Amino acid sequence: MEILLNGKKMEIPEKATIGELLALHKLAPVRVAVERNGEIVRRADFYTVRLAPQDQIEVVTLVGGG
Amino acid sequence: MMDKQLKIGPYTLSSRLIVGTGKYATLELMQQCHAASKSNCVTVAVRRERLVDKNSGRNILDFIDPKKYILLPNTAGCFTADEVVRVARLGRELLDGSGYQGAQWVKLECLGDTKTLLPEPLGTLEALKILVADGFHVLVYCSDDVMLCKRIKEAGAAAVMPAGSPIGSGQGVLNPNAIRIILEELKHNDPAYPIIVDAGVGTASDVAAAMEIGVDGVLLNTAIAGAQDPVKMAQAMALATEAGRLAGTAGRIPRKLYATASSPWEGRING
Repeated sequence: MEILLNGKKMEIPEKATIGELLALHKLAPVRVAVERNGEIVRRADFYTVRLAPQDQIEVVTLVGGG
Repeated sequence: MMDKQLKIGPYTLSSRLIVGTGKYATLELMQQCHAASKSNCVTVAVRRERLVDKNSGRNILDFIDPKKYILLPNTAGCFTADEVVRVARLGRELLDGSGYQGAQWVKLECLGDTKTLLPEPLGTLEALKILVADGFHVLVYCSDDVMLCKRIKEAGAAAVMPAGSPIGSGQGVLNPNAIRIILEELKHNDPAYPIIVDAGVGTASDVAAAMEIGVDGVLLNTAIAGAQDPVKMAQAMALATEAGRLAGTAGRIPRKLYATASSPWEGRING
């Protein structure tokens, strides 16, 4: 199914969880925060929330800044 | 005599210098500069995870020891209250359960445009009110307008952080008298209320001068990261912070137009 991940279209397995999406991209859950359709998904829910077609997902992390 | 430690919201800082984590040539250099600065509080930004090019993907947190540093997430690069609130909440989510201190506060930055990077006062106030209602301790980057700073304090900011001059400009504190009036107005009957000069520092004397005026701390990034020898400059900033704080609280002599001799007048052999 197709989702929008950080503004880019992407094919992922049907009913994948947020946790599985992160694993696909080798991202450590403890180092990211995730928004699904504008709502924050708590880290504790990464492996229970299943994605749906056309979901808009934002995955952010901390970077250098001032 | 031991100086009182700076407390902002739920966090106590061991140094009055808060430093950034941006613009360093390498993460190793950043780590060395943080150590040399003697700061225990570093500010970080929130950005989209890069999904390609992950091979170079070393995370900045691998270079910040959670036992030594408190993280101050910021909303750098936001231009509306909505953007600020969204990024602040993501920052809190990133820090919550991460092993780092810092989930309870945020540095609010709401900018007006990309050329000046000056703070946008109305968006700043609007975002502040939402974040305070949401339980954040908010450190507010703002212009050095006294009345605006008063409104920001009244709206529940944990600290007010007037800019010395535009971000990254290295011009120092352009209007020290505005900072003096802000200190008088906001600390009246509330001497512990934290005022931090944020942005514009170019070199160590800017930090010392700000601290002498009586601000509680200084936040800077580019002045260290952009120096030719960043580690040496970080050390200079640590010393300047301490020197400025000591001088500012020591009670300086008044300025006078004419000289006053330091050696006794009496007993001169040619007298």
